[in-house]
Amino acid sequence: MKLSFSELSARERVAHLLDAGSFTEILGPAERVVSPHLAQLGVPFSFDDGVVIGNGTLWGSKVLIAAQEGEFMGGGVGEVHGAKLVGILRRAVSTRPAAVLVLAESGGVRLHEANAGLIAVSEVMRALLDVRAAGIPVVMLIGGANGCFGGMGLIARCADHIVMSDAARMSMSGPEVIESSHGVEEYDSRDRSLVWRTTGGKHRFLMGDCDRLVEDDMGAFRAAAAALLGDSKALTLEGLLAEHAMLAKRIECFGDCHDALEIWQRLGVEHAEQVTDMESDQMQNLLSDNAMEAA
Amino acid sequence: MNWQTLVQSLFGDAHTIERKGDVLSGTAQLPGQQGQILAVVGTTDHAPIGVETALAQAKVILDTVQKHPGRAILLLVDTQGQRLRHRDELLCINRYMAHMGCCVDLARRSGHRVIALVYDQALSGGFITSGLMADTCHALPEAEIRVMRLPAMSRVTKISEDVLEALSLSNPVFAPGVENYVAMGGIASLWRGDLQSGLLAALADGNITDQRAVLGAERGGRKLSNAVTQRVLAA
Amino acid sequence: MEHLKFDFAGAHAPQNFKAILVGVVGSGNLEVLMEPGADPAHCTISITTSARGFGPIWEAVAQNFHSQHQLAGVAISINDMGATPAVVSLRLDQAAASLSFTAGPAL
Repeated sequence: MKLSFSELSARERVAHLLDAGSFTEILGPAERVVSPHLAQLGVPFSFDDGVVIGNGTLWGSKVLIAAQEGEFMGGGVGEVHGAKLVGILRRAVSTRPAAVLVLAESGGVRLHEANAGLIAVSEVMRALLDVRAAGIPVVMLIGGANGCFGGMGLIARCADHIVMSDAARMSMSGPEVIESSHGVEEYDSRDRSLVWRTTGGKHRFLMGDCDRLVEDDMGAFRAAAAALLGDSKALTLEGLLAEHAMLAKRIECFGDCHDALEIWQRLGVEHAEQVTDMESDQMQNLLSDNAMEAA
Repeated sequence: MNWQTLVQSLFGDAHTIERKGDVLSGTAQLPGQQGQILAVVGTTDHAPIGVETALAQAKVILDTVQKHPGRAILLLVDTQGQRLRHRDELLCINRYMAHMGCCVDLARRSGHRVIALVYDQALSGGFITSGLMADTCHALPEAEIRVMRLPAMSRVTKISEDVLEALSLSNPVFAPGVENYVAMGGIASLWRGDLQSGLLAALADGNITDQRAVLGAERGGRKLSNAVTQRVLAA
Repeated sequence: MEHLKFDFAGAHAPQNFKAILVGVVGSGNLEVLMEPGADPAHCTISITTSARGFGPIWEAVAQNFHSQHQLAGVAISINDMGATPAVVSLRLDQAAASLSFTAGPAL
C-alpha cells in the first residue's frame, strides 16, 4: 500500500524511511534549540528549527539522517538549521555510517536570517564534501512539494547520489523570481506543466541530474536509499574532468532548446510527448545507452 | 573598484589577466615572491552566473590542478548571483554551479591554496560556489554582500521593504556591509590600503579546515552556529 | 507575536513519558510539544502565536481540552502560525492520544 512521501512531515518521513523504532533524534524539540532571529520579525520559531537530525538503521545498516521540514519557513536554512546539518555531516566522518541520508525540501537560504543563512549554506556544502572525501556516501532524497532550490540545490549536486520523485523539483531559482525579473514570456510560473518539465524529477532523471526516479511513495524511497548504502563516489580530478566535458557537451547539444520536450526528443526518447503521463517505473526503460551519453 | 585597478594594485604589470565576456582569468606574479605564480579567475561587471560562466571559471581551476601542482589560486568575486533565465534552469544551472564549487574544493584538497576576494558585489548562489568555497574569503571595505535585493526579498518573505530597509541598517543578519560578514566569520578579513600584504597574509595562512563558525563565535556575529554543531558532535 | 499561558489543576497523571511533538509550524498550522510538567498536580499550556488578539478563543480551546482530559504533571508548549481552533484542538488531542495511564479513562 502506497504512503505518499510528499504528504508527510519531515518527522514522519524519517520514521517511515528508517527501520521501525531505530531512530534516535539528536537535538530534538524538547531541547529547544531554536532560531534567535525570527522573533524580531514577528515569526514564531519551531522547536527543532525545521530540521530533524539523528541516527538510525536502514535494512540493519547504521545511517545518519537529516530531514528538512518544508512547511516551516519553506525549509529555508537559518543559522541553527544549518549548524544542525553541519553537525550531522561532521559526525559522519567520525562515526562512519553506511550513508548520510538528507531528505531535502528547501527554498535554500532562509531569507529571514539572510546573512547567517548564506554562510550556513556554504558551511553545509564544505562539510558535505568532507564526508564525501572520507568515503561515506551522502544520499539526497528529494520528494517534497516545495522541491530543492537555491543553496540546497547546490548542495544536492555536491552529494554522491540523488533520488527524486516526479512530485519533486530540483533547481536554482523559483519560477516566480525568474518571472519577476524577466517577465511571463521568459518563464510562466503559473504553468505547472512547464515548471515540472523544466525542473521536475522526470526531466532531471532523463538528463542524468538525478540517479534514481521513484514513485511518490515511502517504500520506493526506502528501497532506493537502501540500494545506495556504502556506494561512495570519491571526487577526483579525472571525475571532475569528465563531468566538465559532459557539461560542456550538454550546452553544445541542448543549449538552443526552448523546452524540455525538445531535449527529450534529441535525447532519443521515444514518444517524448507522453513522458509527463508516464509512471516513474516506466521511465527506467526510456533511455538507450546512446541517449545517456549525449546527456 | 574596477578589476583593472584592483589587478594593478595587487600585481602592477606582472600579470596576464584578461577579460573574456564577464570572466577574468590569467596568471600573476606574487608580489615580492620571486618566481611564484598565482592563478587568477573570477568575474566582473556584477556578472550573472549562468551555465557558461560557471563552466569557464571551473575550467581555469581544473587546468591549474591538472598542469600546475601546488599553484595558489585567487578568486575575484563580483556577481549579482545566478542568472535568472529559463534556459539555465532547464540545463540544471545548480549542477554547473556545484561543479565550480567542487572544482574549488578539489583544488584545496590537492594542495592548492585558494583565496577569494570580494572586490565589488557578491550575491547568493554566485557567491556560495565561488568565494565561500575558498580556504578563506576576504573583501574590500567598500564591497557589498547580499542574499537577495530588498524588493525581491520583500515579495518572497511578505515583509515590507520599509521593515527590511530598517533592519538592513541596524541588524547584522540583514545588513549588506562586509563588516557584518567579518563579524559573522564569513569573511576572514578586509583588505584596506595595502592590498598586497592582505593577499600575502591570506596565502601564508596554512589552515585548511572550515573555521568560520568558530570565528563567528569569537567575533560575536554568530553566537549559536559553532555551539550547536559541537552539541551535535557530542550527542 | 503573542504569548499566553494557562494553568489548570488536573487529575490524571500519565505514566512517565518522553516528549511528544505533533504538528508543524506552517501557515494555518501549529506544533504542540507535550512534556512531563514540573507540577505533578497541574497541566500548563504555554502558547506563542503570530495571530494577535485571540486570547479568549485560546482560553476556550484550552479549557475545552482540559475538561476532556484533566491531565496532571504535563506541560504543553505551542508554536502557532494562525491555526483555526479546530486544528488546535485536533493537535492537542493527537498529542494526548500518545499518553498512557495506569488507571482511569483510556484516551
